[in-house]
Amino acid sequence: MLLAVFSDIHGNRQAFEACLRVARARAAERFILLGDFVGYGADPEWVVDTAMDLVAHGAIAVRGNHDEAVNTTAENMNNEAQIAIEWTRRRLDAAQRRFLAELPMLVEDGDRLFVHAEASNPKRWHYVRSTTDAAKSLIATPSHVTFCGHIHRPALYSMSVTAKMTSFVPKTDVPVQLLRGRQWLAVLGSVGQPRDGDPSASFVLFDTLSCQITYCRVPYDIASAANKIRENGLPLWLADRLSQGR
Amino acid sequence: MPKSLIKSGAVIDGYTIGECVHAGGMATLWTVTHPGIEMPLLMKVPRASEGEDPAAIVSFEMEMMILPRLAGPHVPHCYGTGDFARQAYAVIERIPGTTLYKRLPDLPLPYEEARLLVAKIAAALADLHRQNVIHHDIKPSSVMFRESGDAVLIDYGLSHHDHLPDLLQEEFRLPYGTAPYMAPERLLGVRDDPRSDLFSLGVLLYFFTTGERPFGEGETLRAMRRRLWRDPHPPRSLRADYPPWLQEVVLRCLEIEPVWRYPTATQLAFDLAHPNQVKLTARSERLKRDPLSVAWRRRFNQDVKQPRAKPDVAEQIASSPILAVALDTVEGTAELNEALRVTTERILATLPSARLACVNVLKLNRIAIDKTLDEQGSNKHIDRLVALRHWATPLRLDESRLSVHVLEAVDPAAALLEFAEANQVDHLIVGARQSSFRRTLLGSVSAKVAAEATCTVTVVRPPRMAAAKPGAGVVWG
Repeated sequence: MLLAVFSDIHGNRQAFEACLRVARARAAERFILLGDFVGYGADPEWVVDTAMDLVAHGAIAVRGNHDEAVNTTAENMNNEAQIAIEWTRRRLDAAQRRFLAELPMLVEDGDRLFVHAEASNPKRWHYVRSTTDAAKSLIATPSHVTFCGHIHRPALYSMSVTAKMTSFVPKTDVPVQLLRGRQWLAVLGSVGQPRDGDPSASFVLFDTLSCQITYCRVPYDIASAANKIRENGLPLWLADRLSQGR
Repeated sequence: MPKSLIKSGAVIDGYTIGECVHAGGMATLWTVTHPGIEMPLLMKVPRASEGEDPAAIVSFEMEMMILPRLAGPHVPHCYGTGDFARQAYAVIERIPGTTLYKRLPDLPLPYEEARLLVAKIAAALADLHRQNVIHHDIKPSSVMFRESGDAVLIDYGLSHHDHLPDLLQEEFRLPYGTAPYMAPERLLGVRDDPRSDLFSLGVLLYFFTTGERPFGEGETLRAMRRRLWRDPHPPRSLRADYPPWLQEVVLRCLEIEPVWRYPTATQLAFDLAHPNQVKLTARSERLKRDPLSVAWRRRFNQDVKQPRAKPDVAEQIASSPILAVALDTVEGTAELNEALRVTTERILATLPSARLACVNVLKLNRIAIDKTLDEQGSNKHIDRLVALRHWATPLRLDESRLSVHVLEAVDPAAALLEFAEANQVDHLIVGARQSSFRRTLLGSVSAKVAAEATCTVTVVRPPRMAAAKPGAGVVWG
């Protein structure tokens, strides 16, 4: 089965729509959403409604730290993120907020694990920045492939049976076979706010039969997404950074 | 780890196992057959039972990732792989014949034979590098030849694919590979420089032409590290008749710093194909190694080395193309030749590692017997070589980046196309035919070249201003 995995959509309708279109065109059969549906972007209602609809049709979704902050507090976040969360909270209705509140922290599906942040302690919302972080995550789970997001920069780590690590920055559109003999951690780039220097939206296709993973990039209407952020009085940097991809 | 399922007569994924034809340290090779495949096949099975070297497993994983992605005549075709969950294997075409290892008793080989042999391996390496793969284990037992003469590179267990995770990057504390052939930068952990393969091929060329390995056979790290500062004995000190051009090529491949080696395998293949065009430097004359003072300075100044910028493999190759410019040297082409020079200069300006081949076609008559000498009695061929060099002088190119060629042919377009193909030219620059009369009569060389070449072609015309002169007889097209 071909999975399409999306992470860190962050209320960016234009980016998410573009990614969904490409994923459907590439015949993705099941959608996985790795959290952070809201925060930063100016279309949280549309994004949450779309996620709810996808979940109703069989998609897997897990919770991100921004989704959690909508229903709790954003005081641990930086200033811009806090402003965006306060604004988002006012925009969402009760059903949308409940959807976010009830999202699971992680979902195991066969020998795959889906989680927003580093998996050894998902509630701590740790980033996977290095092979050391990746090793911590991989040792904590028996899964063959763990998918996570949170850091907004694509990376692919593996751990051999003798606990030797490899790290790799995946090339766009080059499928990589995730060999059975080792464990893999696929860190996704962000749909709605890429930070790896490439402003195009990022998502992943994974073929469960051949175990091939493909990192995809999708150009989208950045100007509209940025304008909507400005029109709604959100911090300007949240609009400007989209075209810079950082 | 499951028990090996491989034994004669067993069937795995449709492959019927035949006999074991080779049992090496890392893997065993079996003949196999498959109802749908007529090609003779081999199944490579890693030694992965308990107590075996974990390196065997990791290098086999690497090979399983890389082999199915390779294409072309210089690699064994891969038909299928099975992973470690059940039985790890790779099924590849069985290439008839033996590896170059069998030639070791014949060393040293005649220079000409070694030149042709290594030129073929360089062409194979160029093809591999274009597929974003660095072999990292070039040595005689990794090279075979097809009946067509094409070299085939086998064994990808230590290779690096620029588009795939490098499973060997942290696997071994010490560099892993074949000690006598290993490039110095490998000892420092560098795995993403395709010029490491050119060093190994230089070791092979040295060995095959002198009968001796340039850095001995030492397997200890201490012995291997010497090559980081100690240069090998120049081949001429071992064989008095060693051709200077060949020493130039060998020692350039064996430069300690990758940046002093050939930038690409294609450029090495080019020099091997045109030995009389190899630019001889002080390397070619050397009879002794560097004095100890120089070697010791290298040894104790290792930390001065700047960390290299790391463009990816494709970028490195793309920045070092072979350009060819086709020039007419007859009268009346000055304007066009000037325009060709301006265009060539602009292209070279962005590509400091490119090399340029200046080509002229000496058109032969279809029927009449051609005279080598012209009306004034001077040699046409030599005159043209001189004219080509003269044309290139203002470009102020280092001689090692420039070569001149006069092709004798009835059909100039076909000759240019053949030259571009044989020399792996990346970009061909030609002038548009100027005379309308001749074009309708003979057809345009540039049009045919542009239409049929397999590389990029730039068709150059003189500036518009000059053409606007009435009666100049210049037709654009």
